[in-house]
Amino acid sequence: MTAGQAELAGKAYPDAILQMIEITKDFPGVRALDGVTMTVRRGEIHAICGENGAGKSTLMKVLSGVHPSGTYEGRIVFDGEEMSFNGIKSSEHVGIVIIHQELALIPELSVTENIFIGNEVTRNGVIDWVESRQRAVRLLQRVGLDVDPDTAIKNLGVGQQQLIEIAKALSKDVKLLILDEPTSALNEEDSENLLSILRQLKEQGLTSIMISHKLNEIAEIADSITIIRDGRTIESLDVESGNVNEDRIIRGMVGRALDSRFPEHTPAIGETFFEVRDWTVEHPQVPGRLVCNHSSFYVRRGEIVGFAGLMGAGRTELARSLFGRTYGTYIAGTILIDGEEVQITSVPSAIAHGLSYVPEDRKVLGLNLLDNVKNTIVSAGINRISTRSVIDMEAEVAAAEDYRMAMNIKAASINVGVSTLSGGNQQKVVLAKWMFTQPSLAILDEPTRGIDVGAKYEIYGLINRLADEGKGVVMISSELPELLGVCDRIYTVFEGRITGEMTAAEATQESLMRLMTDTAAA
Amino acid sequence: MTATKVMETESGKAGGPSGGGSASSVGGGIKQVLGGNLRQYGMLGALIVLALFFELMSGGKMLTPSNAQNILNGNSYVLVLAIGMLFVIITGQIDLSVGSVAAVVGICTALSINFWSFPWWLGILFGLFIGVLIGMWQGSWLAFVGVPGFITTLAGYMLFRGLYQYVGKASSQPAPAEIRFIGGGYLPEWGPNTGLNNSTLLLGILALAAIVFLDFRRRARVSKAGGTPPALWVALVRLGVIALALGYVTWLFGSGRSGTSFPVTGLILVVLALIYNFIATRTTIGRGVYAVGGNKAAAALTGISVKRTYFLVMTNMSFLAAVAAIMYFGRSTSTGPADGVGWELDAIAAVFIGGAAVSGGIGTVTGSVIGGLVMAVLNNGLYLMGVGSDMTQIIKGLVLLIAVAFDLYSKAQGKPSIIGALARGFNPKGVEAEFAGGAVPNRDLGNPLWAVLSFVVFPVGLVLWALWRKDRPNSAKQARNGVVAALVVVVFVGVIAIFYALAQTTGLFS
Repeated sequence: MTAGQAELAGKAYPDAILQMIEITKDFPGVRALDGVTMTVRRGEIHAICGENGAGKSTLMKVLSGVHPSGTYEGRIVFDGEEMSFNGIKSSEHVGIVIIHQELALIPELSVTENIFIGNEVTRNGVIDWVESRQRAVRLLQRVGLDVDPDTAIKNLGVGQQQLIEIAKALSKDVKLLILDEPTSALNEEDSENLLSILRQLKEQGLTSIMISHKLNEIAEIADSITIIRDGRTIESLDVESGNVNEDRIIRGMVGRALDSRFPEHTPAIGETFFEVRDWTVEHPQVPGRLVCNHSSFYVRRGEIVGFAGLMGAGRTELARSLFGRTYGTYIAGTILIDGEEVQITSVPSAIAHGLSYVPEDRKVLGLNLLDNVKNTIVSAGINRISTRSVIDMEAEVAAAEDYRMAMNIKAASINVGVSTLSGGNQQKVVLAKWMFTQPSLAILDEPTRGIDVGAKYEIYGLINRLADEGKGVVMISSELPELLGVCDRIYTVFEGRITGEMTAAEATQESLMRLMTDTAAA
Repeated sequence: MTATKVMETESGKAGGPSGGGSASSVGGGIKQVLGGNLRQYGMLGALIVLALFFELMSGGKMLTPSNAQNILNGNSYVLVLAIGMLFVIITGQIDLSVGSVAAVVGICTALSINFWSFPWWLGILFGLFIGVLIGMWQGSWLAFVGVPGFITTLAGYMLFRGLYQYVGKASSQPAPAEIRFIGGGYLPEWGPNTGLNNSTLLLGILALAAIVFLDFRRRARVSKAGGTPPALWVALVRLGVIALALGYVTWLFGSGRSGTSFPVTGLILVVLALIYNFIATRTTIGRGVYAVGGNKAAAALTGISVKRTYFLVMTNMSFLAAVAAIMYFGRSTSTGPADGVGWELDAIAAVFIGGAAVSGGIGTVTGSVIGGLVMAVLNNGLYLMGVGSDMTQIIKGLVLLIAVAFDLYSKAQGKPSIIGALARGFNPKGVEAEFAGGAVPNRDLGNPLWAVLSFVVFPVGLVLWALWRKDRPNSAKQARNGVVAALVVVVFVGVIAIFYALAQTTGLFS
């Protein structure tokens, strides 16, 4: 491998805009990058693939100067010149702009203000708002966004915000645009739109580097692919040469072929035990707008029920309003458990009735990142290991260890902070936290978002195991192949209404998409 | 199967930093003896060295029984406030009103005894009741109306200061003997002449017995649960060190002039610290407080009531302010116009020196008490050396800054050696860049060079200034104070820096 890399490094690339050569970056106790070499050609879309923890983000931080020159070994050649960046500003100065997964927009400020923040258009030291606005309009056109430049960012959807970030990058005369998981928070439609904008910008000569876990997107849009595993370059694939498909990429990422993306599972479905009738909930801020509109559904024991829908269709709102009315204003509807109507008006009562909810955004809603693995695992079921609110420390340790084993959580010990874990392991900790409450119904909201292929496979296995234990599972996901691969039955949601119900066997991506966009339903 | 294999590499990375490959066997041994979380030992070390420093510089006036008793009597009320403040700060709030609340409680207790002829105990209960009532008032505004704690208690700061003046009418109310005992009394002397105060001796023995018992019970439980307790020699060495320390403290407080002992205020403080430490670490309420401070939204979805937590924490703060008020009332033997002035700031400083995070979610009772003691020893030591209150304020301000700066640095990602970080050169973009990255836990605070430099420049400046002023008439004392101030800052920085160097070479900090 070393010989191969040396050869790669020595080769002359006349059309290369960027060469990163033998980049090695150490953190105390960990070698994050171990001689990574990659070449990006001018005017291409270059994808970087690798599992979480493989070193992609570190590599991009080196490239954008977040890790300044001198804290790593190796060379960066950009536009034919050797670079040494000592901060984001210095990399932006030569035209390298990074857009992070967590967008850096300020919600209260307008589109124009956000585009030019830190890079204001000035005349004699005073901001020239007229000129700024003019330029903002032109930039918005370039990214195909039809919004008023005076709109506050908080009024835009995530997809639109992502495009604003690109406009912001364009305003800085970007030559190389780095996108970290640009579509992870977007629904299919917005993702599609974003990718087509990227393609247009490419035709205008912009080079971009894209990090993504969505392999279908990469296969679709990338011109070449660098695969990183364990901090090393595994291979560089040229898409034009053919032979590149999702399976090929996965093989590179995990070191061998994944025979199947979804574990085998034979469902053992029992009788209906959880039923929701006419569930109707109003938006918390907008009276009269129904986020759940007379929704009715049921879950049987041992069954995995999927909820498909576009972002904002009301899936999360449904789940959270059922889970102790933690979202919106309850209007009407009943919950029946084992045929009996129950009142669930708070999270503790939801837990007491055997409900659990794994939220979609684990860092914002699922975890206290300051806490350790042990405390997190027992946090929701803390009453199970305490008497009169005094915690039994031995029982706590025992419980946390049990779940660490059972869920195969890779952590040095149960006392390490959850923030040190990879995304997949964090998600397993959140799952463990809810499994510890011994739920009869597990509601999982986007349980595999932002985690890598290997960890996804493990999560699917855990979901199957829950079903095999006779629990009901509700799984909300924006990835249709995942719903089709894991669920037994799928509901579609559109604008707060349940628009369809299909068994996984009869459903296809197309039929689900039709119901999700309501072209079929009345 | 595949997945398992893949995940192994991640675990290596997750475990790496905390596993700390550099931990030598000696370091590991020290670590075992000291126990899990060692960050607070940095501040404990600073406390001990400061005490020894002042002992030397003041010619042995620091570590005398009467001075130690004075320090406790004069500062216990602030430490009690710090305990309450810790919980408020962990939830991410702050309470600026505790001084004013304490003043109101003090005057109410005094008036109820002196005018309504309440017996002293009923007066105390009445004061505590007023404290709880005020706490519920503030807690309600924060929890149920949603006014941020800063604003609620800023309003309370003014409101209750005014109420104190209105109720007290500038009168000075004397405290009855029983309350004077609570605020400044000593435990009784009895039994045979042991050379020490027997109450203090008994307390020391009981404390040691309790520690030994709890340690061995924990060992037994760990073995029973199938785990391996630390080696026996580790336990014995640790208990030996604790016994020595306890013995010294017992001797220090017990060997004073007759009629003195470990002060009653100290006893109240120890009992409260134990109770609140238990609440923080061993109860669901404590977990709730940390959870709310760490991530409010996640806590709510976990079934923890954020409102109830806020309400409890604020109510408890004012309750402890009432306790502090009564202790202070007894110590000062009467109420006065300066009651409670500036207490909130002392309490807040103690909590932050003790390692709590400004953004909430982090902090310990022990740390806060140690932080408060550092301030108390500084105050007292500088006073013993005849340093004026001007210089004392300057030093206290610097110590607060330094302590929090070092703590932030130690919490930043990884544990780069201080020397290495200094050699790297100052990187002004470090902070900005990391925050732009959106990574919350990986705070690389860039380079502490500027900070360290300013801490060096400042004492040097003080010395130069002192030398310059030396020749002027009446300025010799001021000059000496400047030198002392500079020395204190240097010693403080030195101790913490040594701890860090030690930590980095042995991997002690976890």
